[in-house]
Amino acid sequence: MTLLDVQDLSVAFVRRGEAAVRAVDGVSFTVDAGQVVGLVGESGCGKSVTSLAIMGLLPRRGVELGGKAVFDGTDLFGLAPRDMRDVRGKDVAMIFQDPLSSLNPVIPIGLQVTEVLKRHRGMKGDAAGREAADLLDRVGIPDPKRRLKEYPHQLSGGMRQRALIAMAVACRPRLLIADEPTTALDVTIQAQILELLKDLVHEFGTALIMITHDLGVVAGMCDTVNVLYSGRIIETAARRPLFAAPLHPYTHGLLGSIPRLDALESEPLTPIRGSVRDALPWASGCAFQPRCDRPVEACVGAPPELDATFTGHEYRCVNPVRHSND
Amino acid sequence: MPETLLSVRGLKVHFPIRRGVIFDRTVGHVYAVDGVDLDVPRGGTYGLVGESGCGKSTLGRALLRLNPVTDGQVVFDGVDVAALKGETLRKARRRMQMIFQDPMSSLDPRQNVESILTEGLVAHGIGDSAAERRNRVVETLDAVGLPRWAMSRYPHEFSGGQRQRIGIARALVLGPDLIVADEPVSALDVSIQAQVINLLADLQRELGLTYLVIAHDLAVVRHISDTVGVMYLGGLVEEASSRALYAEPLHPYTRALMSAVPVPDPEVEDRRERILLRGDLPSPANPPTGCRFRTRCPWVQATRCDTERPALTEIKPGHKVACHWTKEIASGEITVNR
Amino acid sequence: MSKKTDKIDALAALSAQRSETGETLWKAAFKRLRGNPMAITGAIIIAIFLVVAVIGPFLVPYSPTATTWLGEVSESQALFPGPRAENWLGIDHQGRDEFSRMIVGAQQSLLVGVVATLFGLVFGALLGGIAGASAGLGGRIGVWIDSIIMRLMDMMLSIPGLLLAISIAAMIGQSVATVMIAVGTVQIPIFARLLRGSMIAQAQADYVLASTSLGIRKPRIVLSHIVPNSLAPVIVQVTLLLGIAIIEAAGLSYLGLGNADTTFPEWGVMLTDAQRYLSSAPRFAVFPAVAIIITALGFTLLGEALREALDPKLRR
Repeated sequence: MTLLDVQDLSVAFVRRGEAAVRAVDGVSFTVDAGQVVGLVGESGCGKSVTSLAIMGLLPRRGVELGGKAVFDGTDLFGLAPRDMRDVRGKDVAMIFQDPLSSLNPVIPIGLQVTEVLKRHRGMKGDAAGREAADLLDRVGIPDPKRRLKEYPHQLSGGMRQRALIAMAVACRPRLLIADEPTTALDVTIQAQILELLKDLVHEFGTALIMITHDLGVVAGMCDTVNVLYSGRIIETAARRPLFAAPLHPYTHGLLGSIPRLDALESEPLTPIRGSVRDALPWASGCAFQPRCDRPVEACVGAPPELDATFTGHEYRCVNPVRHSND
Repeated sequence: MPETLLSVRGLKVHFPIRRGVIFDRTVGHVYAVDGVDLDVPRGGTYGLVGESGCGKSTLGRALLRLNPVTDGQVVFDGVDVAALKGETLRKARRRMQMIFQDPMSSLDPRQNVESILTEGLVAHGIGDSAAERRNRVVETLDAVGLPRWAMSRYPHEFSGGQRQRIGIARALVLGPDLIVADEPVSALDVSIQAQVINLLADLQRELGLTYLVIAHDLAVVRHISDTVGVMYLGGLVEEASSRALYAEPLHPYTRALMSAVPVPDPEVEDRRERILLRGDLPSPANPPTGCRFRTRCPWVQATRCDTERPALTEIKPGHKVACHWTKEIASGEITVNR
Repeated sequence: MSKKTDKIDALAALSAQRSETGETLWKAAFKRLRGNPMAITGAIIIAIFLVVAVIGPFLVPYSPTATTWLGEVSESQALFPGPRAENWLGIDHQGRDEFSRMIVGAQQSLLVGVVATLFGLVFGALLGGIAGASAGLGGRIGVWIDSIIMRLMDMMLSIPGLLLAISIAAMIGQSVATVMIAVGTVQIPIFARLLRGSMIAQAQADYVLASTSLGIRKPRIVLSHIVPNSLAPVIVQVTLLLGIAIIEAAGLSYLGLGNADTTFPEWGVMLTDAQRYLSSAPRFAVFPAVAIIITALGFTLLGEALREALDPKLRR
């Protein structure tokens, strides 16, 4: 069952006296109930803006929003701000990269968690307090009763992210959006948080959109992966075919750029040349063309269409990478 | 066996914690680096890994005397740099350079590239004329893959990867022997990381540089290093050739660390058994007694761990571990206690 | 091989940019400033003020001190001729041309504001710079020097500005110079704290560490890296304080601490004189008051716009 259907989402930032910056340029993807979907890309690819748009967290001024985000039958972009606030936190919740700035520094953790419970689940004083302690316990915060009284700065980075996750799952949302949830954390803590997210998704049947630049995180978590480049999805596949046989030269290049811990001999890296700054506008061809190592004439002129193999592996490239065992 | 270029013995960096405004008093110490020995052969690459707060950056900066050294020796090419002062220290800096993590904040935004690269040359009296120095700058820019006209540009006009190349050029232009690279790629996009990693390797091959690379990313460190040292709370817990360390990690912390690193391969990820560590890093101002890892160690024992600090000892040729129970854990005599 | 392709990329990326030479941060800030209506409004106000203050006194129709129309003024009957063809802003209580007095008064106000702020800036920046450099790179002794200077600044700040100014005026007597020194002295700790704070923040930056590791001498690091990068907030403060200085100078003149020759026009003095006629001829107060407010507003607008333009967070 499709829970979230994002159709042709586009976001442009407009500043007085400057050309509009198109951060997201026609992104479409779906999330099924209970599914983990990855949005992967490097800085500036539009992955975070996509999530903010879905959550209705983009500023109204200076932003041009296009397309639809249909959540369980309702277009979120058509909702009044008031109704959107009800959806947010209750049905859809979000976890951010930096847990310290996402928590209010002058309010104890406990109060911040109970506030969510009171607002969205209509719980009262003691009951909310008990539920909050249960939640902290569930996300692996030791001694939850004491922690409830503490302020964000008294917790470590990992504990803060756990507290934020507790707040996000407090109302058993049907969709959780995690924007780089482990990027600010050390790898041993990252492992803990990723395990926790996996458990929660499994236990509550929550769908998860995992936004990250780390292909390693995606490989271990996501059912479906969308790779973004310069505001468009350039490849979509289930994670196994994606990693085994990436079709878009960008995905292929990214995988070739990462040193692997499990390789027996350290193999030379094959970087992608240039930088994201070299992107072409999509209107005049493939944005990745200037950095691509498989360019053909058809790359420039018209934007490449999204193509699909018979297994449903989608790619936006006129000269996809060929794999010998196809 | 190549000669040792850098030899560190018993290095300690303790930061006093002070209270008070004018009449401040010391109320404790942060034991950022607490007794580290390591050797780097000329032309080699030593990788230092560890999580935030383990003291790896402090160690790197102390080697270059950018942090005060509390105790110990830093012998660079036969001279104890830790004991140098004033003008002798300043002159010695030419041969030991640093590459920083954040290429934006490590470049003065008001200096153009030529000025950034020339400043060090002038400070050390390298090159007799402006033209000669300019030549050297152009050559260095060429070596790091930047065009000649980058000279008149300012840092904010470059992309992250290009800025890191400027930072590398600034270190190279003085003709150093040793380069300490502190998280040289972690601020960069994945596709750019590989460019910079390859550039560092190319430069090492061409110029015979010696590297000390500090990073939290084990895969990156393993890729570029010959020898890897794993740091935890101010001390080395394991040191081995990069091959041996990844083939056979012996210290419990190294094992946990390696099992936590995500690999971009679903097949590997699905088979992986994670060794999850309990809790967080203890404060370096108040480290645990005995073995510093014992509070989070899945193999912790009732005896010795809490009373005796294990020394870094050679278990196999070139493979050193600081754990009382290395053999027992390796043979399976001691298992994870949960 | 890989390096060659990398170089081509770098070339391609750079050639995409139009300008032939690099763009300094000042240039970039100026560009942003030009696009900001707030800055333009402020700049226009200041420009008009400057023109009036500098060349106005040579073009005024009458002498600002000549009591030419004294015969037409009657204090007892509250008779003060208002604006008319020969006297655009009317006649003041002494029978002098109000318009000429306003113009010449602008020059006085500008002079007092600029000299006072310069005084504050020079001494404040000197003390703040020494404190900032000592705290940032001077080690244990540096911390001491910094502490002493800054405690002194705290003491100055703890005395109310007006009280400090009045005490200074009381010590050195009544004159324009008194007003300048008094207003400037109040500004010293403001500039000192600002520059010091900014320098200490800059001293933590990685590029200072990089300079040290390059073997660059400390004085050079301070003068050519830390100080230039710390100036932006100080420059903003100069424009903001210029406006305030004009108001404060007017205030001190109003209290009678300014020029002993009270016949000489100055906006603050004109306000003092006006209070006796507030009910009979409110325009005596309105003209200088509005002039002071608009001028101060001009400097404040420009200052705020500068703050925005120089904000490193907006840098792209």
